Amino acid sequence: MASNLKQSRPKPKKGKINWARNQEADFFANTVKLYRQGKYDSDSFRRFRLQHGAYGTRLADDYAMVRIKLPAGEIYPNQIERISQLSEQFSIGSAHFSTRENIQLHWVVLEDVSEILRGLSEVGLTSREACGNTVRNVMCSPLSGVCPDEEFDATPYALATARFFLRNPMAQNLPRKFKFNFTCCEKHGMVRMVDVGLIPQTREQNGTTQKGFKIFLGGGLGNKSFVGHQLEEFTPEEDLLYTSIAVMRIFDRLGDRKNLARNRMRYLVNDMGWEKFQNLVLKERAIVRATQSVVTRLNVDDTPNEIKRPIRVSDESGSTTIDGYARWLKGNTFKQKQQGYYSVFVTLEAGDITSNQLHVLSELIQDFSSEGLARAGFSQNISLRYVHEDDLPYLYTKLLSAGLAKSGSLTMSAPIGCSGTTSCNLALTNSHRLAKEIQRKFLELKLDEDDDLRDSSIKISGCPNSCGQHGIATIGFFGGGGRVDKDMYPNYMMQLGGRSDGETMLGISCLRVPAKRVIPVILKIIDVFKENKKPDDDLKSWIHRVVNGIDDSKIKSVNDLKEILTPLTLPPSKTEDPDFYADYGSDTSYHTKTGKGECAA
Amino acid sequence: MSQEKVVKTTTDIDSLRSEIRDKSVRVIDVRREEDYKKDHIPTAVNLPLANLLSDDSPERVQKLVNSMGIDDETSVVVYDDTFGALASRVAWTLEYLGHSDVSLLETTYGNWKSLGLEKDDVIPEIQKKEHSINLRPEILATSDYLESAKEKKGVILVDNRERLNYLEQHIPGAISLPYRTLASSDKILRPKEDMKRLLDNRGISGDSEIITYCGSVGTLSGLAYYALKSVGLPNAKLYVRSFKEWKSLSKPTEKQEDANYWDLSAE
Ligand code: SF4
Repeated sequence: MASNLKQSRPKPKKGKINWARNQEADFFANTVKLYRQGKYDSDSFRRFRLQHGAYGTRLADDYAMVRIKLPAGEIYPNQIERISQLSEQFSIGSAHFSTRENIQLHWVVLEDVSEILRGLSEVGLTSREACGNTVRNVMCSPLSGVCPDEEFDATPYALATARFFLRNPMAQNLPRKFKFNFTCCEKHGMVRMVDVGLIPQTREQNGTTQKGFKIFLGGGLGNKSFVGHQLEEFTPEEDLLYTSIAVMRIFDRLGDRKNLARNRMRYLVNDMGWEKFQNLVLKERAIVRATQSVVTRLNVDDTPNEIKRPIRVSDESGSTTIDGYARWLKGNTFKQKQQGYYSVFVTLEAGDITSNQLHVLSELIQDFSSEGLARAGFSQNISLRYVHEDDLPYLYTKLLSAGLAKSGSLTMSAPIGCSGTTSCNLALTNSHRLAKEIQRKFLELKLDEDDDLRDSSIKISGCPNSCGQHGIATIGFFGGGGRVDKDMYPNYMMQLGGRSDGETMLGISCLRVPAKRVIPVILKIIDVFKENKKPDDDLKSWIHRVVNGIDDSKIKSVNDLKEILTPLTLPPSKTEDPDFYADYGSDTSYHTKTGKGECAA
Repeated sequence: MSQEKVVKTTTDIDSLRSEIRDKSVRVIDVRREEDYKKDHIPTAVNLPLANLLSDDSPERVQKLVNSMGIDDETSVVVYDDTFGALASRVAWTLEYLGHSDVSLLETTYGNWKSLGLEKDDVIPEIQKKEHSINLRPEILATSDYLESAKEKKGVILVDNRERLNYLEQHIPGAISLPYRTLASSDKILRPKEDMKRLLDNRGISGDSEIITYCGSVGTLSGLAYYALKSVGLPNAKLYVRSFKEWKSLSKPTEKQEDANYWDLSAE
C-alpha cells in the first residue's frame, strides 16, 4: 500500500521564491578557514557568522546552531526532506521548530555549517540574516488565508517584505535585530509584541474596497517587555513598504548602538515617548515616499495557490472510531473558512522532531495537503492546511504510526520551552525539558480535553530573556537559581495573566517556583480555578480578573494565589530530597554556568 | 607511468553486473543467512558479519576466504543492506589479510532491489581456493597503538558515531564525523568531489595519519575508512575494536560538560 502511494504521488510542489544564494556556502567555508588560521578576528567573525544564521552554542566554541528561515512560515515537501537529511548528517538527528517560524539545527560542527548552507541552497532555503542585527524571519500567521476572521490573506505581503529586506544593504547593520509579524486577525498571532506587527484590514472608499493594515510599532518581549502602539487608524497597502522603511531608518539613525541591553527599538520608543516617535515616523514616511524611486515597491505576488485535493490510488479512508481520534481532532485541527477543509497542527514536544519524522511529514504533506506545502505553527509546531475533512481519519492513522499524533497542539497542553541549557549560552535552567515534562503530565491527565484550559498557555524561558515568550503566557516561567545555604537548585519566576491578543498585557510576577515543583504548582492553580470559577469562565479569563484585582471570588489578587501556592514551593533539605537540587535532564547537583550571550532563541 | 594499481573503493552497479556475467568476480553478501537465502545478487556467497566476528583471527579468516573460492588474485565485491557499514568491515578484514582487490558495491541491496535488478535464491557451488596470509598491520590500530599515536602531531582521530553519543563521551582529542555524513541519498559514499570538500573543511586531508573508530566492532568506522580511501587519503587506519574496548580498558574519555543536549532529541 505504501508503494501504491509512492507510485501515484505526482511531483511535489516547489517554492516559488528562491531565498538562497549558492555562493554563500563557499564564502562561509573559506571564512571559517581564515578564522581558524587567525586571519579573521573573533569579533568580526562572530558578526559574519550571525549574519549567515549560525549561532554559538552553549560553552562550546566549536559548535554552532544553524537557524533556517521559513519566511511567512512556508515550507515545501522537498525542503522538509532536505532538512531531514541535514539533521541526520550534521546535527543530532533531530531538528527544532522555533517560535518564530525558523527550523534550527543544533550542535553542528562549525566547519560543517557551510555544508548545511549548500544543502539548503539546493532547495531554495537560507539561514541568511536569521540572526544578528538584521531583519529576522518575517512571520505570518499559519492561519493566514484560511482564518474565518481575517479581512484578507497577508501571506503575499509577508513574503514580499521578507524578499525586500533580505540581503538589502539598509538592513545589514541595524543597531539590533528587527522583527516583523504579519497575522490574520486580532485573535491569532502576536502583533503587539514585536517591532512591527501587522493585521490586514480593509476600508470602503469611493465605493471601492481598499486593502491596508493596522500597524503596531515598538512592542517586544525581552528582559524588559513593551506593548506596541498602533501607528494610525489605517495604513493603505501602498504605504506598507514606505512605513517599514521609515521605521527602520529612524531606528538605524537613533537606536542605541552602545548599550546592548537597551538597543531594541522598543527602548527608543519608550525613551522618546510614543507621540514623538509616531510623529517622526509619519514625517519620515513622507520623505521616503517623496524620495524613493518608483521602482521601490513591494513585489506582492497575489496569484492564489492552487488548491487541489491529492488523488491517491488507495481508497483507504481510515476510521473515525480509531483510538484517540476524537481527542486529536478536537485539540489539533482548525476548521477553515473554506468549506470542507481543515488545518491540522502537528503536536511536537517543545518543537523537536526527528529526521525520520520529518521524512514522513514530507510525504504526508504531498498526500494530504491540497495546497501542497506546510506552514510553521504558532507554538513550535507545524501545520498541514487544506486537508479535506474526509481525509482526516486517514491522516490521523498515518501520523499515529510516525509518532506524530499526540493530542493538544492547539491547547494549553503544548507548552513552549526555549532551548535553555540544552544549547543556549545564557541559560540558567533546562526550560526545554521542563516544557516536555509538563506536556507529558498534561496529556497523561487528559487536560488537553478540558475546554476551560484550551485557550490558556504555558511558556517557559531558561533565563530572564524572553525567547520562550513567558511574558505573554497565561502561566509563564523564566529560569534562575535558588539557594538553601550553600546548595543551589533550579528555580523559576512564575508570571500570570500575560496575553498577546487584543487585550495584550504582560504577565504579573507571582512567586518563585523550584523546577521540580512547577508541575504541582500548575495543577494547584487549575484546582483553585475550578473551585472559584464562574460557570462560563475559562482559566484565561479567570486569571485575567485575578491579576487585575477585579475578581469577586475568594481569590482577589495574585497575592491570594501566592499564599495558597507558597507551601508547595518550600525547599526540602538536600538529604531529604536530593532530586530537588538537580535540574531536569541531569543527575548531578545544580549549578549555574553561562557563556557569552548572542541572544539565542 | 605509475605501476601502482588504481585503488578502487566502490564498484558501480553496471560494472558489477557485467563482471557477474563475465564470471570475473566473487560477490560477498554479508547479511544474515535467512535474508541471503530468500534472495541475493546472483552468484553471491554469504558471509554474515556475525559469523566473521565470532573469530576474526587471520587463520580463521584465511579459511573462510578459501572456502569462498577466493585466492590472492580474485576480484571481490562486498555488499550489505546496512548503508555499507557491515560490508566495509568485511572488506577491511580481507584487506588486512592481504587481499588487495576488494571493493564495496556502491549501493545497498535494498536499493539494488528497488531498482528492479536481478536477484536469485540459488546458492552457488564453490570451488575452494588457496589464499596466502600477508598481513597489513598499517591499516589496523590497536588500543595501545592509538594511545601513543594520538599524542603525535598530525594524527587525526575520527569518531563516526552519532553526534549525541560523541558529545556524551569520546576518546580525548577525537573529532566527530557521524557515519550518516558519508553517504549520499542513493550511494553508500558521497561522490568524490563532495567527500573531498567535506573532509577538507574538517581538516582531514594531506598525508596525515587518520584513525577511525565507532561504537563497538568497527562497522561505522569501517565505512569511514573507505570514505577516506575513496578520496585517495593514503594513511588511514581502523581502530577495529573501537570505543567498546576503549571503555572496557578504562582508558580516559572526554565529555561535553554542562549542557543537556540529549533533551533536544525527539527520539
Ligand atoms: S537567552 Fe533565550 S534561549 Fe537562552 S535561556 Fe534565555 S530565554 Fe532561553
